[in-house]
Amino acid sequence: MDYPSQHKNNNTSKSMFSLLRIFFDPDRWQEIWITITHNKSRSIMTAFGVFWGMFMLVVMVGAGVALEKGISSEIEGFATNSCFIWSEQTSVPYKGLKKGRYWNMYNEDIILLRQNIPEIQHIAPILFGGGQDNNVMRNDKSGTYSLKGNYPSYNLIDESKMIYGRYINDIDIAEKRKVCVIGERVYEVLFPGNEDPLGKNIQVNGVYFQVIGVSRHTSDVNIGGDAQETVVLPFTTMQQAFNQGNVVHFIAVTAMPGVKVKVIEDKIKAVLKSRHSISPDDKTAVGGMNIEDQFTMFLYLGIGIASLIWIVGLGTLLAGGIGVSNIMLVTVRERTKEIGIRRALGATPQNIIGQIISESVVLTMLAGIAGILLGVGLLHVVGILLSTGDQFFKDPQISFGVAIGALFILVVIGAFAGFLPANRALNIKPIEAIREE
Amino acid sequence: MIKIEGIHKTYYTEATSLHVLKGIDLEITEGEYVSIMGASGSGKSTLLNIIGILDSYDKGNYFLNGKLIKNLSEKQAAAYRNEMIGFVFQSFNLINFKNALENVALPLYYKNVSRKRRNIIAMEYLDQMGLKEWAHHLPSEMSGGQKQRVAIARAIISQPKILLADEPTGALDSVTSVEVMKVLRELNRNGLTSIIVTHERSVAEETRRIIHIKDGLIENVESR
Repeated sequence: MDYPSQHKNNNTSKSMFSLLRIFFDPDRWQEIWITITHNKSRSIMTAFGVFWGMFMLVVMVGAGVALEKGISSEIEGFATNSCFIWSEQTSVPYKGLKKGRYWNMYNEDIILLRQNIPEIQHIAPILFGGGQDNNVMRNDKSGTYSLKGNYPSYNLIDESKMIYGRYINDIDIAEKRKVCVIGERVYEVLFPGNEDPLGKNIQVNGVYFQVIGVSRHTSDVNIGGDAQETVVLPFTTMQQAFNQGNVVHFIAVTAMPGVKVKVIEDKIKAVLKSRHSISPDDKTAVGGMNIEDQFTMFLYLGIGIASLIWIVGLGTLLAGGIGVSNIMLVTVRERTKEIGIRRALGATPQNIIGQIISESVVLTMLAGIAGILLGVGLLHVVGILLSTGDQFFKDPQISFGVAIGALFILVVIGAFAGFLPANRALNIKPIEAIREE
Repeated sequence: MIKIEGIHKTYYTEATSLHVLKGIDLEITEGEYVSIMGASGSGKSTLLNIIGILDSYDKGNYFLNGKLIKNLSEKQAAAYRNEMIGFVFQSFNLINFKNALENVALPLYYKNVSRKRRNIIAMEYLDQMGLKEWAHHLPSEMSGGQKQRVAIARAIISQPKILLADEPTGALDSVTSVEVMKVLRELNRNGLTSIIVTHERSVAEETRRIIHIKDGLIENVESR
């Protein structure tokens, strides 16, 4: 027969309806707003945890995104399903041959690999060459640059953007044309003042080649020297012009879609070993680099960082929410008298629950939005500061969807945070609350 | 207006029980001006709280304006308090972060009166108490007498059937006490049924009937 404890369960279930009603009633928001703003320091203390949690979450997610963008810009344009193969010294004696032997890959090997391994999508043999100082010249301009002999298919594996002209094509290869594609940096040095380079001749290691294109390399993965500072010749032209016979220095391969790079890498190594009398157990004679493995490692690293960020960020946010709940529990006790007076003046239990939970939601939302805004502001400033420098950390920001999702989480946290204090407020009997001290 | 039949109330703690009201019979008609006197612990405040639907009772019946006030849900109790009863307390019980106007308007908020309208009405009631200029002051900026008048304005804004005052002058000096009692007498003259709990003889003598309570029973009734 005690009013305050009677019908409590009934009231709690009804309170969801009154919450909905409050949601659409500006007058009640005003009442809540007055309560919050007239108790500024209390409100700020309550909400600070959520503010900080949200701020941290936004900053960390933004930083994570930036790191991911930075990493992916490093390998932009580079086929991630690729591997590279080259020859090394043998390390195991085999078929009467001593260990420590040098061997070479030849043009025939490439044809054989193509024929025997259907899982290969693209295969591109490469020749490397350098030269003495200032090996590349045009009139009075000169520079020291790497030299590479490529097939057209190489540009499918490690893509360069053509800012002038075209890349090496099949006819260049077939006719062993004396043409070249120069890197952007080479162009800048040999053709100052944005001169049109197409059709012009440059001298490479004493031989003249006609420029057919200028390439801009987008990824930071470089095979055989900085691609921006490289002169690319048709593979066949280079073999002939610089007396390389039919030697191949390096091969780049991509796997067919759905085939693991590891599979073709192993098959290629097996074919090469059997053709060049290398022991099948020789681990080092055929050099290989699997980009897919590297890329997968980066991918997992990215996923790992992202999950860590979300776990820590949401944990911080949750801690903030628990802080709200905790401080509101304390303030409900402090507000016993206020709540008792409200009850005496005709506030129903639903009114009180609605008030406390709404206060909690509003405080959490405001603090969260402040956290988001400050976080986004900081990311923006950092983004501007970084935009000129090295881009391993690039353009930090969070997506709109993440912000909306975070706000939704905040509402839920706020409602839950308010639930416990609201229930305690419900247990305040007006008679006890307004009893004279 | 108020009819109380054989009301008993016992407070229980873990170890002890305290039988506070031991069968109270009381009838108060509309427009009456009544005071309840008694020593502390006599049960006079408990009786007032039961009349004000702030507390429940164990045995007996209590009719307010013809309605049996028994086994009410919290919501009903809140509605009856809001519609029928105005409270005035010894320590004013104003909400300290709300200004005078907002305090007076609060009961109308729980009656779903729009903000604009309730502020207009609240201003009228403050004006009636001579406190129009103080509408936007916080309770902490007002004197005791002013605070009690704000509290009275708040108590009557929802046009209750009865006004319950628990030691309304307990925290006031003699001059402001007289002022506040004048306000209460005026309200009664205009037809508001009023019940005042006090232990001050001079306050009780303002009313038309003095009910003396001792040890949970009505000891005697002075009609004047």
